[in-house]
Amino acid sequence: MSEYLVQFNNISKFFGKVIALKDVTMKLKKGEIMCLLGDNGAGKSTLIKTLAGVHKPDEGEIIFEDKKIIFDSPRDALDIGIGTVYQDLALVSLMSVTRNFFMGREPQKGLPFFKTFDIEKANKIAAERMGQIGIDVRDPSQAVGTMSGGERQCLAISRAIYFGAKVLVLDEPTSALGVHQASMVLKYIVKAASQGLAVILITHNVHHAYPVGNSFTVLNRGRSMGTFKKDDISREKLLSMMAGGEELNKLEVELKEMDRIASN
Amino acid sequence: MSVKSQSIESKKETGKDERLKKISPLRVLLNRPELGALGGAILVFIFFGIVAGDTGMFSAYGTLNFLDVSANLGIIAIAAAMLMIGGEFDLSIGSMIGFAGICIAIPAIYWGWPLWTSIIFAFAMAVLIGYFNGIMVVKSGLPSFIVTLAMLFILRGATLAITRLITGRTQVPGLRVLIEDDPIAWIFATDTFQWLFTWLGSMKLIELRTDGTPLATGIPPSVIWFIALTLFATWILMKTRYGNWIFASGGDKVGATNVGVPVGRVKISLFIGTAVASTIFACIQVLDAGSADTMRGTLKELEAIAAAVVGGCLLTGGYGSAIGAALGAIIFGTVSMGIFYTDVDTDWFKVFLGAMMLIAVVFNNYIRKKVTETK
Repeated sequence: MSEYLVQFNNISKFFGKVIALKDVTMKLKKGEIMCLLGDNGAGKSTLIKTLAGVHKPDEGEIIFEDKKIIFDSPRDALDIGIGTVYQDLALVSLMSVTRNFFMGREPQKGLPFFKTFDIEKANKIAAERMGQIGIDVRDPSQAVGTMSGGERQCLAISRAIYFGAKVLVLDEPTSALGVHQASMVLKYIVKAASQGLAVILITHNVHHAYPVGNSFTVLNRGRSMGTFKKDDISREKLLSMMAGGEELNKLEVELKEMDRIASN
Repeated sequence: MSVKSQSIESKKETGKDERLKKISPLRVLLNRPELGALGGAILVFIFFGIVAGDTGMFSAYGTLNFLDVSANLGIIAIAAAMLMIGGEFDLSIGSMIGFAGICIAIPAIYWGWPLWTSIIFAFAMAVLIGYFNGIMVVKSGLPSFIVTLAMLFILRGATLAITRLITGRTQVPGLRVLIEDDPIAWIFATDTFQWLFTWLGSMKLIELRTDGTPLATGIPPSVIWFIALTLFATWILMKTRYGNWIFASGGDKVGATNVGVPVGRVKISLFIGTAVASTIFACIQVLDAGSADTMRGTLKELEAIAAAVVGGCLLTGGYGSAIGAALGAIIFGTVSMGIFYTDVDTDWFKVFLGAMMLIAVVFNNYIRKKVTETK
């Protein structure tokens, strides 16, 4: 058994002539949080969808617990233990917390052909799980639309963990959140990793990624610019490695130039 | 964390979350989609109770009359509501009714099929057409509004063309004699609880004809179907996994797919549902009238959608109830019959129908905002 829980080796994905991903390699151990950083258009979304089984990689292999895996559908990825939380969270705001929590995997009871959705059990589990992460759901039959952004994010993560995720792929979990809500979500992610999950945290926000990540993979124009341990790289270095870095430097120079002209 | 776990424990002790008190019972009721329709139905009955209370509208005969009309509409409204909750429309309901009618009548009258085989044939065609509607919408990604609008014209045209080609007319009469002794037709053509009405008649509790038999002879089959379908649809929506998938498919197609809900299959099955409900409607009406008419069911799709909307279904999907749609159908059925018992010209019925729908949409929109309000 290798030390890695999951390995993505030389993953490439092409859409016609467009090279969306080329030779991206990532390896994760249990309990590790890897942050995948990249600007818009770097190929983050394509990579996530490849990890989640939505796209099949054109080149490369996915190795999970030492076995080579080929996903035919998102369901396969879920079944094996790769839980993906998309940016849209896959939550229906008109539906209740419980109905969302168990969406697609409702517990059933009763005789064959007359099986019913075991709402009581589902309510209990949903309330319990949300309680564990410190969200006191007043009433699990309340609509998800009444919850805050951070709470929704935590609900989606908690759902993925409950349904057996060993690798958690999180797509921009903090991008739409304020400081307080974002730190609540990040805290929960660290807690999940400490319980033995491997987490891939996709973000373009270095300030959110740096405090929680163990390692960082930077993606630029479909290619990996390398994976770095936290000790080996500074926040500033990471920021400048993302496409934005150079541009921000340029912007700074330009702004100074404008200032100079204005003061003349 | 410790503070939180404490509050959870205190909840266990008291058996109640102290913050729950803030939600008033009214608010809980407001969260139910059928509230508006229930209020509307009560208002309608109060109105006719005052205006037409002494006219015979609420006699056994009068009541069964408006219940029959409501029930017929209700059968298709419930299927339309389930489809709307699943996020789609079916505008071909009315044309499907006409088409199912001739699928029963032509084989039975012109090809000599036993009535029961032609009824099964009509249902098989409904499943096929519903499946086609569904697969077109799911695979093409086109709005169901357009796909089923096309089907509205195709089916109505085909009904007319085929009927005229085979029979040379637009009506196919002569079914009445075939109903007797048929192993299946009775399901759509039998008045039930006749003994009860005979007994009530003998006790002089209900109106009698001059020959002494009661004016109302039994509960029409439409009402039994209506009640059964309402219960069945409610059970599916509220109590089964498939029901949760319907809400999820309509609420957020992409999200539902991502968590493993077979959205395509759910939608296709709902399209089959509306086509089958249209065929049930057609069976009841065709066997009751004893003839099929190529124009039967015209505009029924819009009435069904109107009833579903009044019943609290959101046009955007993901929210609504079967009981709401049933109440919506009762409102329309009651008003369309009740208006005969008042001095109001029946021409005004459509005005009422439109106004009612407009009020319902505004009300539902408000409710949805309340339900999804961020705290």
